[in-house]
Amino acid sequence: MIQELLRVEGLVKYFPAKGAMFYSETGLLEKGSRVHALDGVSFSLDHNSTLGIVGESGCGKTTLARAILFLSRPTAGKVIFEGNDLTDMSYGQLAKLRPNMQLVSQDPFSSLDPRMRAKRIIAEPLRVVNKNKDEVDERVKMVFEQVGLSQEQLNRFPNEFSGGQRQRIAVARAISTKPKLVVLDEPTSALDASTQAQILNLLWHIQSDYKISYLFISHNVSVVRHMSDRIAVMYLGKVVELGQAVDITRNPKHPYTAALISSVPKPNPELRGEVVEIRGETPSPVNPPSGCRYHPRCPYAKENCQQVGPNLVKTEDDRYVACHYPLS
Amino acid sequence: MPLTQDTESEESVLNVQNLKLVFETIQGSFHALNGIDLQIGRKEILGLVGESGCGKSSLALCAIGLLPPESARILDGKILFKGQDLLALNEKEMEKVRGTGISMIFQEPLTCLNPLFTIGDQLGESVKVSFERRQSSRNTSKSEDAKEEATRWLKRVGLPDPTGALERYPHELSGGMRQRVMIAMALAAKPSLMLADEPTSAVDVTTQAQVLKLIRSLVDEVGTSVLFISHDLAVIAQIADRVAVMYAGMVMEEGAVNEVFKQPSHPYTQALLRSFPSDEAKGRDLDIIPGSVPDLMSSPGGCPFHPRCKNAKYDCKIKAPEFREVSPGHRVACEDFRSLSLY
Repeated sequence: MIQELLRVEGLVKYFPAKGAMFYSETGLLEKGSRVHALDGVSFSLDHNSTLGIVGESGCGKTTLARAILFLSRPTAGKVIFEGNDLTDMSYGQLAKLRPNMQLVSQDPFSSLDPRMRAKRIIAEPLRVVNKNKDEVDERVKMVFEQVGLSQEQLNRFPNEFSGGQRQRIAVARAISTKPKLVVLDEPTSALDASTQAQILNLLWHIQSDYKISYLFISHNVSVVRHMSDRIAVMYLGKVVELGQAVDITRNPKHPYTAALISSVPKPNPELRGEVVEIRGETPSPVNPPSGCRYHPRCPYAKENCQQVGPNLVKTEDDRYVACHYPLS
Repeated sequence: MPLTQDTESEESVLNVQNLKLVFETIQGSFHALNGIDLQIGRKEILGLVGESGCGKSSLALCAIGLLPPESARILDGKILFKGQDLLALNEKEMEKVRGTGISMIFQEPLTCLNPLFTIGDQLGESVKVSFERRQSSRNTSKSEDAKEEATRWLKRVGLPDPTGALERYPHELSGGMRQRVMIAMALAAKPSLMLADEPTSAVDVTTQAQVLKLIRSLVDEVGTSVLFISHDLAVIAQIADRVAVMYAGMVMEEGAVNEVFKQPSHPYTQALLRSFPSDEAKGRDLDIIPGSVPDLMSSPGGCPFHPRCKNAKYDCKIKAPEFREVSPGHRVACEDFRSLSLY
């Protein structure tokens, strides 16, 4: 049996709703209104595998990344990393685990300190765990080469690199401590098509070299499908469907997944197929709809969908769907 | 050049000829467009695809005369809009072309809509202009008519509660709704040509599908030609009639969308299509294009793609490729092209 690396159980994250962006739909906010960014998210991730998280803006993807890494503490729920429950840990205990769990974020222009040389950016996480300067230097040189950059670029500043090269530096920084889990939050969204393919290949090779598990978060279904073993589809803070990547993309069971997959444009003009259109707009996460959160937009919604929210249930082997009336 | 009145007989709505554009900056000259030749026919959607910095947006801004006057310099070329050279017009004449002749929609609608005016004010302006220009007598454009027409347009672009939306401010609408308002504004004056610069890049994929469908149906209805700019090959495949692939300020390949995607002939187009993470590529490496997009300050000599091209020969380094026809309506800028059957 393959061992489980990460288990997330009923993860909840609420934010206090402040500011103008939440006023529009509901008028004035009541005191104590909350943004339901994550509402009971559960999944597990095995060693040396990739779980893709896909969903549209505002579905809670990035909040999930930050909550799993305890960069922002979840409101409720558990994150279990290699059998250790992170929720019970003190700040100091968490710090000891951090070298095992790293993050690559979306924008390589804001995630690298503009005043640090590439060398120091990559060495920074290493120096927390290793005080030996020579060993750190050697490791920095090694990962720098592994991500496809040359030694003479080590002393350059971030602004001297292109977007793709910067993302390589961010990857080098993340793998420098030999982590077991790397959370990739939209790692190629800011890059051009030709650079995107380079970074995806790089991530692919690094995974097989280091036996890392990836949590690959993206809004781009094509990219997630390419990179992931399994995919979780999120909508308004909940996982609506989870399963093998091929099954999810070829044979979606949740009406939202079906609409999402059909909306993905294909680079083939002969496949201007029928798109399953979604009615209306994503509702506000401050006042999410009752029952199933997708019911106001779902063409198959029946009366009980408005009242009872469906749980994520196993329908077949490694396939979980949160729908009262899954598609066949 | 005299203004041609007989516009209906013109074959192409927009005809760009050997356009060369340079931006003068403190760091030096930035060669944004290096001899562009493009035509857009009547009621045609031309997809312009390329990576960031290839000059897609500069071309659009050049056509609508919105380039920064202090730095942009046009070295050569013509932009014929229904036979009339736009580059020869002064600002006042150009103003008359904008809106009713050529209109534009942008990537991020929030920065293009004025936050201090309601949707009704902004859409109404565009409607009024079209009224004024179409009717020679002045007294016919009433504001009630304009309001009615504006409501009709909001309904047409699929805004729920169009009358209520007139009183709303841009921040009260979602990204997809704002883009619909932008489309309504761009088409309300029934222009001959709409320039759409990455209109769906800032919205979610389900919204993108809705917006693409909307553009397609409205364009057919109004009879507008479109220059549809995108970095996303797949989006172009879904909406365009013809496609032009740009790289470093040059058009590398141009042709009917079915033909270019089925039999891409330029090595750059082939590489771009192969680097797309499609269903078939799962479980293996994607084909990549080595290196990165060239710096337009110091363009490599010869073919701009030669440093990254796997078919590059000695000649490619010294001689710029000719843009020539490989089959009817399908042109390629490569001396050593080999067509590739992709599907």
